[in-house]
Amino acid sequence: MNKKRRMFIRMIAASLVRRRSRMVVALLAIIVGATILAGLGMIYYDVPRQMSAQFRSYGANIIFMPSEGTFISDDAIRSAISVIPSSELEGYTPYRYENTSIHNIPVTLAGIDFTSVQKTSPYWHIEGEYPSSDGEVLLGAKVALSLGVKTGDKISALNSFEVTDNMDVSTVPEYEMYEDPATGDVYCDHQLDLTVTGIVETGGSEEEYAYISLNDIEYLTLVKRGYDIVEVSVASTSDNLSQYVTKINSDGQLSAKLIKRVTASETEVLTKLQSLVFIVTAVVLILTMICVATTMTAVIAERRREIGLRKALGADNSSIVGEFMSEGIVLGGIGGILGAVLGYVFAQLVSINVFGSGITFRPLLIPITIVVSVIVTGAACLIPIRNAVNVDPALVLKGE
Amino acid sequence: MSSLLELKNVSKIYGDLHALDNVSLTVDKGEWIAIMGPSGSGKSTMMNIISCMDKPTSGQVIFDGDDITKYSRRKLTEFHRDKIGLVFQQFHLINYLTAVENVMVAQYYHSMPDEKEALEALERVGLKDRAKHLPSQLSGGEQQRVCIARALINSPELILADEPTGNLDEANENIVLDIFRQLHKEGTSLIVVTHDPEVGEVAQRIIRLEHGRIASKK
Ligand SMILES: Nc1ncnc2c1ncn2[C@@H]1O[C@H](COP(=O)(O)OP(=O)(O)O)[C@@H](O)[C@H]1O
Ligand SMILES: [Mg+2]
Repeated sequence: MNKKRRMFIRMIAASLVRRRSRMVVALLAIIVGATILAGLGMIYYDVPRQMSAQFRSYGANIIFMPSEGTFISDDAIRSAISVIPSSELEGYTPYRYENTSIHNIPVTLAGIDFTSVQKTSPYWHIEGEYPSSDGEVLLGAKVALSLGVKTGDKISALNSFEVTDNMDVSTVPEYEMYEDPATGDVYCDHQLDLTVTGIVETGGSEEEYAYISLNDIEYLTLVKRGYDIVEVSVASTSDNLSQYVTKINSDGQLSAKLIKRVTASETEVLTKLQSLVFIVTAVVLILTMICVATTMTAVIAERRREIGLRKALGADNSSIVGEFMSEGIVLGGIGGILGAVLGYVFAQLVSINVFGSGITFRPLLIPITIVVSVIVTGAACLIPIRNAVNVDPALVLKGE
Repeated sequence: MSSLLELKNVSKIYGDLHALDNVSLTVDKGEWIAIMGPSGSGKSTMMNIISCMDKPTSGQVIFDGDDITKYSRRKLTEFHRDKIGLVFQQFHLINYLTAVENVMVAQYYHSMPDEKEALEALERVGLKDRAKHLPSQLSGGEQQRVCIARALINSPELILADEPTGNLDEANENIVLDIFRQLHKEGTSLIVVTHDPEVGEVAQRIIRLEHGRIASKK
């Protein structure tokens, strides 16, 4: 059996290598198809992420900023929000930022309420889940990348500060505090253990923060204070929105600003774009199949005499089908591998030109491209091979 | 001597053309027969029917006691594999395989490819040093010898050659005839179609076809 298999491989290798000028045409067709399949596949999966990057302002349309040198207090938020009719208010999220370090890498923590952020930032693309309790953290994709952590991992945030009189240190473990003998000042290396529940991808600056609960940020700093910014989501006309902003600003407790919000119908367009990519991929696959089938028909027609000869030497139909199919499958595999690589390059180019940012590499698409390429090539070979196998060896071998 | 092959009232009719017209013929085991006749007289048709590549319109072809015209496709494949060796005027080598690989293809479908045996077969036809050449790198005579090596590699009972020297010069023709003589001496039956009297002469018997009928047996 072994010698037979070796001869089988030898024949197929000889056919592919020594007839390569013929095979190149078929291979090119397969590569083009596989490239487009892999490329559009990556774009297809990336559209939702790119979409949120493009429409990051969907959601919040007013932001509150503190008046100079202060923070935004709960009272200020309450009185500003009271300007907006409650029927129009979709939600608001106060943000409190603190600089800390995680595993010796400086990271800005943002304290937020995870229920309200889903109202004001519905475009966030979460891998995993939002934190549901204290001690959990949602990492921006860039932070997760630089820390090298993934969902489920445990990390600890470290905040070093000088302990002042107004701090309540009752919750701080003894060993985290130390005294400078020279000055008598007390310092604290305060640590907070966190579990990563999810990673947020937006394509924007949101990816550069780590999000924890407001309780946790207060615990880590031992400081109660107001917020740095508040995002507000209001469903109203732009005229009304301007009125609200003017009114809030005139109160003077904080400064409100309108930001541009994209309507929901525009995101629908992008969902439709995704279906379009899907349809184009399907059409390209069918075209590739037709193209490969046509090329293979020509390639196999040239070899009718060879098929007749093999039959005259005692080959049965199934072994001829097997030999020719194997050639097709090898071609499909080679085309698939090259196509997957080129497809990634293609998707990168499209993404950079259309969306202005790189594509997320999806490793799974490589085996999928190769398998689909092999199946499509195999299917495309099937019909011409079946026809050729039915040739009458006498007619094929007869003179001329 | 027992008969290897028997054609009984074999006819092949294309439309109203009788390519073979009620032909009967017996070939004994180990016999060397030449089939001669003008172009269009039905020689190739007869060879195709004997080699089972074509079915007769009527009549029987008995090989080793079996009517091969009634064979199923599977039996036919076995027959091609095990019983006969074919030599073609156009050689019909696979152009992307080397000489030795072309011989091994016949082994591959017959039983087990064996490069050493294939090289021995090439040595028999004087082509050992050409084993790694592609057909395009071989002369016509050399290609025909590869074709013969391929036909004899599985030691068939019967070698069928349709105009084997039709494309060869005299020197190569003699080499081929020498190989046939050797095979004949070893007991292989040969049926050789030719229009060349010299090639016909070396056979034991000459069957002359005219308009699809046997005009004379000698
Ligand atoms: N497939 C076919 N269809 C129609 N006529 C055929 C076919 N094959 C052979 N013939 C005819 O049968 C006759 C005998 O052909 P052939 O056996 O090839 O002659 P030869 O080999 O003696 O030159 C010729 O007239 C030829 O035209
Ligand atoms: Mg002829």
